[in-house]
Amino acid sequence: MQNEPSSVLNQFQQGDLDAFEALFHEHQRAVYGWILRIVRNAAAAEELTVESFWRIWRAHARFNPAMGFEGWARRIATRVAFDWLRSAKPQHELTAELLAEAAAPEVTDAAVTAEIRRKTALAFGRLPPKLRIAATLAVIEEQPQKDVAAALGISVAAVKLRVFRALRLLRKDLQREGIRP
Amino acid sequence: MNADERDRLKKLLQEALPPTKNDESERDLWPALLRRLDVETAAPNFNWAWFDGALAAALVGAVALFPAAIPVALYYL
Repeated sequence: MQNEPSSVLNQFQQGDLDAFEALFHEHQRAVYGWILRIVRNAAAAEELTVESFWRIWRAHARFNPAMGFEGWARRIATRVAFDWLRSAKPQHELTAELLAEAAAPEVTDAAVTAEIRRKTALAFGRLPPKLRIAATLAVIEEQPQKDVAAALGISVAAVKLRVFRALRLLRKDLQREGIRP
Repeated sequence: MNADERDRLKKLLQEALPPTKNDESERDLWPALLRRLDVETAAPNFNWAWFDGALAAALVGAVALFPAAIPVALYYL
């Protein structure tokens, strides 16, 4: 995916729509999948994929072909998804409807009841978006921390710190609900 | 928070919010993107910065206060 001919990247950088279309079709799935991991809502992920590529097109003149397209696109997509998380109303967040859409876990601890899982998901949805996005990618989706750091435009150490803070806040919130992880 | 607690919390979180599996959109989103490009190209963006607004207001103010300066300004344009 990172082996686009440099001519395509150069043409895109110069504003060639055909080159942009080629890059779009090459990267659409990856960008959509990345956004879906963050927002966990298929319909929103499609909209945000379009928004991401729209922003990518607008920024074509600032693109550096030497740096490759995938990482740059992922960073813009992460920003778009972050903006969505930040502006999403509570009903768009981890509501019962979205929770029902999530696949049933493969390995479930018998002691972890559906009620605890629901409360955990809701508590996670209450975390600040900045922490939630880092924890979603690094903990739930188990993405490599260096990829998460690159997508968020921060260092690996900062990703670790955000995950730590997210888990600590989550634990406090769960304890208030009477759940001891 | 020790490592044990952290691991238990991670496990609980993964059970509550399982990792996404079906991460492929079945739709080709290119037509939707093209529509977006068309709309944005057709509608010029009038998002003025505050500085642009202030400059325009100053110009209108100057013309209102010193109408006699208009021919002079036009002469130098």
